[in-house]
Order: sequence, then structure tokens, then C-alpha cells
Amino acid sequence: MKKELIELRVNGRTHELAIEPSKLLLDVLRQDLDLTGSKRGCDDSSCGACTVQVDGIPMLACTMLAASCEGQEITTVEGVADHGSLAALQKAYGDFGGAQCGFCTPGFMMTVKWLLATNPEPSEDEIREALSSNLCRCTGYSQMYQAVRAAIDAEQKGMKQELVGAK
Amino acid sequence: MSDFSVIGKPIAMIDAAGKTTGAGKYADDFSLPGMLVGKILHSPYPHARIVSIDTSRAKAVDGVVAVVTGADAPNPYGILPVGHDETALAVEKVRYVGDHVACVAAVTEEIAERAIELIDIEYEPLPAYFDPVESMKAETDLIHENRPHNVEKDYHHVFGDLDKGFADADYVAEGRYIANEVTHAAMEPHCTLANFELDPYTGTLGRLTVWSSTQVPYYLQHKLSLVLEMPMSQIRVIKPLVGGGFGGKSEIIPLEIIAAVTARAAKAPVKITYTREEVFWAHRGRPRTIIDLKTGVKNDGRITAVACKVIQDGGAYCSYGVVTILYSGALLGALYDIPHIRYDGYRVLTNKPACGAMRGHGTVNVRFAFESQMDEISATLKLDPAEVRRVNLLKPPTVTVNGLRVLSYGLPECIDQVVTRSGWKERRGKLPKGRGLGIACSHYVSGAANSIIRSDMPHSTVNIKIDRDGGVVVYTGASEIGQGSDTMTAQVVAEVLGCELARVRVIAADTDLTPIDLGSYSSRVTFMAGNAALRAAEDVKKNIVSAAAKRMNCAPEEVIMRNDHVYKRGVVAGTDDTSAAEILEEKDAARGHVDGQILRGSVLQTRKEESPKEHMSFEEAVVSAIDFHGALTGTGSYAPPMAARGGKHKGGGVGPSPAYSYSAQVADVSVDEETGEVTVHKIWAAHDCGRALNPVAVEGQVIGSVWMGLGQALEEEMIWKDGLLMNPGLLEYRSPSSAESPDIECIIVESIDPEGPFGAKEAGEGSLAATIPAISNAIYDAVGVRLRESPFTPERVLSALRAKQGMKRIEMTESVDPTAPLTFREHGGSLWFRGKGPARHPLDPARQGAQAGSVVGGKQ
Repeated sequence: MKKELIELRVNGRTHELAIEPSKLLLDVLRQDLDLTGSKRGCDDSSCGACTVQVDGIPMLACTMLAASCEGQEITTVEGVADHGSLAALQKAYGDFGGAQCGFCTPGFMMTVKWLLATNPEPSEDEIREALSSNLCRCTGYSQMYQAVRAAIDAEQKGMKQELVGAK
Repeated sequence: MSDFSVIGKPIAMIDAAGKTTGAGKYADDFSLPGMLVGKILHSPYPHARIVSIDTSRAKAVDGVVAVVTGADAPNPYGILPVGHDETALAVEKVRYVGDHVACVAAVTEEIAERAIELIDIEYEPLPAYFDPVESMKAETDLIHENRPHNVEKDYHHVFGDLDKGFADADYVAEGRYIANEVTHAAMEPHCTLANFELDPYTGTLGRLTVWSSTQVPYYLQHKLSLVLEMPMSQIRVIKPLVGGGFGGKSEIIPLEIIAAVTARAAKAPVKITYTREEVFWAHRGRPRTIIDLKTGVKNDGRITAVACKVIQDGGAYCSYGVVTILYSGALLGALYDIPHIRYDGYRVLTNKPACGAMRGHGTVNVRFAFESQMDEISATLKLDPAEVRRVNLLKPPTVTVNGLRVLSYGLPECIDQVVTRSGWKERRGKLPKGRGLGIACSHYVSGAANSIIRSDMPHSTVNIKIDRDGGVVVYTGASEIGQGSDTMTAQVVAEVLGCELARVRVIAADTDLTPIDLGSYSSRVTFMAGNAALRAAEDVKKNIVSAAAKRMNCAPEEVIMRNDHVYKRGVVAGTDDTSAAEILEEKDAARGHVDGQILRGSVLQTRKEESPKEHMSFEEAVVSAIDFHGALTGTGSYAPPMAARGGKHKGGGVGPSPAYSYSAQVADVSVDEETGEVTVHKIWAAHDCGRALNPVAVEGQVIGSVWMGLGQALEEEMIWKDGLLMNPGLLEYRSPSSAESPDIECIIVESIDPEGPFGAKEAGEGSLAATIPAISNAIYDAVGVRLRESPFTPERVLSALRAKQGMKRIEMTESVDPTAPLTFREHGGSLWFRGKGPARHPLDPARQGAQAGSVVGGKQ
């Protein structure tokens, strides 16, 4: 298949790419842009390891055409860290054992980031429901709930400190 | 107050940031210039002779660089020395749907995929065997010619006097239990990247470097050397981050060898990554197991004798099979006190993907049977199931009747803990209808006392290098696969050296750099690599202490290293030695001591400060040691003691371990009697891990094990139809998502093992086996039906409930084509969708009774 030129905005930067129109977003991210944080755990959108955000919505990059994302804002796990330092969520996942082998973790980062952006104080059930879009085979999820809670606490503390600092 | 500064503290994994930012590299994240993509052609037949292979059409495709077949790498190999029955690509015969036949290396994946369709193969189908009991009757068309009746291995062990044991019994329970096949389904599909360098002297292909998702880099190096006929020293295996193993990467998976063989033929780097469907075919999971169990007990529940017959459906190759069938028998011992044991184990070959090692290797399915039967006995004799377990406890230190040495034994406390926490006494029997509690126990080895390849070499070796910068570099062959192996190593070394964890850098699992370690399997890393790390750290510490003693003008025994400080015992009057470090820290801060100034300042310092000191920083002590001794390195290794290596009987090498972990669990479930659906509300799991070196990691391992056991108990099952896997995808295989996962409370019990590093034992596998029977026992408590076949799907629960009420069985497959899918979620994967399901030989035993025309698929 002949390649076509597209413009893809990923993590705040615009990339001009020559790709086959049939190429999947996941393959473009991993092969053309070397953003290997997003993983391929299955081939049929069942595991969620490839989750990225397209205009803030978690989407499965393994079943999306890259060309269909032109003009949209794509965020991958590489875009989660905060100015070169770990985001509260990333720190909490490490501290509370939310990541063991870590292969599913990038996908979870994108899903949880979306959850906290749309629902800053989720209930236990809401966390469980949101996380059920991604599979993990190591943790049994329990320590992830702790990590999400800790991340929420840390963010709220951080916001309070910012308010205090502003005064 | 704890005596440790690093051990026992909940800390993040040292590689956590790489995992949460996506910066960490797994095998598939690597690429090399000029790299080709490899795609494998698999067999569509469960059992067939290869009449001819013609690769010319595939080779002619533009962009195809190499096509390899079995003839390119015919040397047999296998993980066990007794089971060298595999070849990288099929030679003469294919033995299961999915067997590897040929590989194409091309410039893009698309071209490679197109090219494998153009390989012409003529097969002559043979009768295939799918059921182990049927397979054992085979006289002709054997799966492997040297295995009569398709029996890979059978063992018959008798310990004690079985007749006397059963004669002593007041009650004897008997039953058949079946545990269906499950697989690891690690999130990372297997991947291998292989690259040959050109040799500068011969100008031809020289050294091979392999990046692979493996738990056992040294075994991989060994098998590559066998197949490629290269010396091991010319092969470098690098294990990058591994996305979960659970045993599925604990042996050599065909693609690892195929990638190297293809790279050799293509004279270019080749990367092969399995699709998820290929991972299911590669399998090596827990076999379907048929267990006939007979237990004799006294009226108070004390066990007098156990007879157990096990048949395992091992699939087409030996894999770890001989070890699996031995574990099933050996670990009847070491949990309870059983005076007389008889064990008959049959590992049977069938035309399905090979089964191998999976978390709780060999012990899980037998434990399900055993703990279920104990529950049945308790019900019959009207005893409390928790009490029945208590009267059968071992009295360590002891050696069991089958030769297993038990020193530390936290099971009594585990039982106490879960009984108290779950409200067992208060709640059991008083719950509303349809809700119940069940208890079960399990155990597992902390590493096998005897290695797979018999030799006297140490099982683990660790090297340490410390330079003037005060950085501690640890070289270990132990394989981090997400369980926290690297973090454990760093913690042990930091604790012994009394330095900050941040100083320790772990270089792991690279055969060029790190000393031999057998790998991450049989829960051996903490115990064995941990002990080796401890010894290596003590080795290097000796030199630091002797130099520091000279500087501080004291005896070496008086030198204390802790929290990055090196000081004389009693340096701060009126405090104990551990809190002295904190006081020194404040002193140092006042003195304006800055880390990292040692390279520049060391010469001046040694001249200026020649007068005896009372304390110094870790860096100062290191510099002194290097000035006194020259290079500062240490090494340590571990081999299990002879006393822990087990009995001398045939097969007695499998089962013995230097230490055993123990687990007790209570499950709280409810059963919907209308739908048969089982909901697990909570599981309390107490695990004796000796000492929790890192409580966060231990909890993660225990909860993860319990959760995986829950999957096997409720949902997970590999469904076969004529050798075709009907659920080769994560959605169809149904491992539980967060929405289906219950609350799991982990209770850590510390029995402080006398031989473990700081008293530690395994934590990653032992809890899995108790979960399945705890749930089945709870189902019995809830609705009074005993499920003797796992998983306890709604269909099975409902059919048991209807049978209990004397209702007609629902025959779900009645008048349905037996080869057709049962539910919309089932299908045979890509072969099914592309119409390439197995076409069968007319004499195929699986066809007996099948209607004509029901055969799916067509010719290749």
C-alpha cells in the first residue's frame, strides 16, 4: 500500500509522517515515533495495554487507524509525567505496588488519568468500573485501588499547598 | 523496634518509574538497524506427517529475506534433560494445532504474513489423541515413537505402610476430582530479538546476542548452544523487563530458538513477537488433571493414610511434565502430618499444546482435591474443618515420610489468623441461605533443592563491585519478571552494607555480565539469589570493616555499618547501636559533610585526617578500604544444603526445598441458586513468607496468587474441540477484570526461617493452591453441593444444584454438532475464521460418534 503524508499531534508536538493509510495508531506510535510505552498485549482490543487518550478520551490504539486521528490531540503514557517528574499517579502506583511486571501499567495510567480528570472523587465502585477496561495479570487489582486513592489524596494535598502558596 | 534499616520496610520497586512512565524497555520495545520481522507458520492439524515442504513461492516474494524450516535446525532440545523431544520447527511430524512449521523473515510484517501463506506443505493426517485416558490405550501412531502408550512418564511411590494406615482409619473418603486446563496469559506476549555479529577474524557470522522475554536466560543460552551448535560463550542472552511470566517463560519457547535460527539464515537481526493467539498455542500452562484421591482418618480427623492417583493431560511434548507429575505427588507431604502415602502419577501425551510449569507448579490441582476431600470428611464426621487441619499439623523440625525437611512452619498461625479475621467461628453456619464460608491451606517450595541439570554448581551467584564514588553495583543472574527480584537484591545488599538503597544499582540477567543463576522459577529467587546476595555483601563488607577498623583504631568486631554511616560501637554514649546512626546523621549535617566529594577530596582527606576517627561516612570507609586493599569486590553463592535435598528414591529429587511457605485462606461466597453464578465477596489469605523483606511486594505477590487462583476457580479454562483451542483470546479466556475481583485481605505471617536470607521464604506461589478449594468448600457451605470439577462455572454449579434436587440434567450440547462452538465467545481463532480448522483423518478417535460432515475447516 502506498504511503501517505499525515500530521499527527502526540503529547503536544506535531509530527509529519509518511505512513500506509492502513497502519494502526499503535504501530505508528511504537515504530514510527519510537514511543514504545504503549504496549500490545492482544490483537483484538481485549486487554487495554495499548490505551492512549485521543482528545482526552481513552481509546485502544491497537484497533484504530493512525490516519483517522489527524487533527486530534493524542496523549500517550510518555506524556503523563509532569515536566520531567513523576505525576502523583505514577508515584503512587510505584509506592503501593500498583505495577508489578508493568506491562499493563501504561494503559492503566491513561485510563486512571481520564477517570480522575472527569471524576476527581470517584467512589470505590466507580474506580473498579473504570479499571475494568484494562486487564492486569499480576496484581489482582487490589493494590491499584490503594494507589488511585493515594494519588487522589496527593493531588488534593498538592492543590491545597498551591492555594496556600498563592496566598 | 526493628533491627533493620532497609529490610522489612514497604518500598517501591527500584524499577517502578520505568514502568509507570513507559520508559522501561521490554523485548518488543527494542529494534536494531536493518531488523527484519519474523512470522511463523503453524500446523492446522493436531497430528500429521509432513510429506513435503516447498518454500520457493514464499522465497520469491519481494522483501522476503529468508525462509527456514525444521531442516535448518534439527537438533532436539527440551527444558529437562530427560525430555529432549522438541525441535524449533517441526521435523517430519506436527503434533498439535499450532505446532511451529516454518518461519519467514521479511522487511515488513505484512510481507512476512503474505509469504507464510505461500509456503506449500503436504500433510498426511494421523489419528490424534485428545483425551489422556484414551491416549494411554494407544498402540499405534504414537505421538513420540519412544513413548509407548503415549505415557511420558509414570511414577509409583509408596511411603510408610499403606495397608496399616487404612486399617487404622475410622473413616475412609474416596473421590475423583478434575481440574481443567488453565494458562498463564501473562500480559506480555513472548518476544525475541536475535542478532549475529560478524567475527573480525573469520569474516563470517560470529557471536549471537538475544534479547528475550524469559524467566531463565541461562537455560536459554544453553539450549541455543545445543540447537545452533555454538559454544555457550559465543551466545549472549539479555533479559530486558519481562511483562509477567507465571511459568510461561520459564522454559525455552520455540520462537526464542526460531528467531536465532532465522537471524542466522537471514544474516540480519530478526525480531519475532507472538500474537496473543500464538501465545495460547505456545501455552505450557497447568494441565487438565484427573485426581483419584482416597484419605483415611480417625474419628477426630487425624489422617492415617492417603492414596492418590493422578493423570495429567500433558500435551504433545514433555516440557516440564516429568517435574510436574513429581511435584503433584511429592507435595502431598510437607503441609500436614501424613504417616502413610501412596502416589501413582501418569504424565500422558496428547495432541494439544504442551503443558509445563505454571504458578504453584504441579501442586495446585492435587491441593484442590485434597482440601476438598478434607472438607467432605469434616462434614461427614461433623467436625470443624479448621480443627481438622489443626489436628494434622506437622511438628517441625521434622522430615516427612517422603523425605521433605521442614524447619520453619507458620501454618498454625496462618490458620489462627484467617479464622479470627474472617469471623469463622461466629459467622459460619449462621449466614443467610446461599452464602457460605470455606477454608483451605496450601504450601510451596522456596526453590527446588536440586537443579534441573544435575551438577554441583551453585544455584545462584552474585558479584558486587564498589568504587570510590560509594556506588554499589550488584551483578546477579536472577531474573526480574515483575515479582521484585531486583528490588529484593538491592535491599539485601543495602542492609548488609548499611548503606542507602539509592547507592545500590542492580545489573541483572545478562549472560555476558552476570554470574550464572538458574532463573526465576519454583519461587527460588528470594531464598537462593537472596542468600547469594547476602553472602556477596558480607564478603565485600569484610574489607570495608577491616579498613575502617584500622582508621578508627578498633577491632573489626566493633565496627558498625548502618544508614550510610560507619562507626565504632558505643560511639554515642547512652544509645544503642542502631539509633546511634540517626544521631551521627545530625552531626554530619552540622559538619557540612557533602556526599560525592570523595574522588576529589580523598587524597587530601587521607593526609589531613590521619588521626584516628570515631565515625565516618560510607564513602569515606569505601575510600579507605580501596586505599588499603585495592579493588573492592565481593562474591557470594548459594547451593541448598545436602540435608534439604530429599530422599534417594526414583524421582525423589523433585519436591525437596530448603524451606516451604505456608498459606491458609477463608473464602466468603454467595451462590445464586437460579443462575448458578458464584460471587466471591472476600478472601482472607494468611501467608507465611518467613520474613517479609518488602511488605508491599509480599502483599502484591500473595494477592496476585490468590487472584489467579480465583480465576482458575471461577472462570478460566482452555476449551478444546478436536485439538483446536476454542478460546484463544483474552476476552474469551476470561481472566477476571477489576469488576469481578473481590476484596482480598493479605495477612503476613513471619516464621523467620533459619536458613533464608534474613529469615525469608517464598511469597509468590504458595497461596494460589488454597484459593480454589477454599471457594469450592464455601460453595458447599452455601448451597450444599460439592463441586469436584473446576472451574466452578454457572453451568457446573447449576447442574450440580439440579442433580441435588433430583431434576433432569440440562444437556447443553444435546443434538448439537459437537465440533461447533457452544457460546458466542468460543471460536477457534484465526484458523477457524480463515476456514483452516483441522481436517481429520477418518480413523481419528475423536471422530467416533461425530456426525458425518461435522468436521470443520478444510485443507491447508
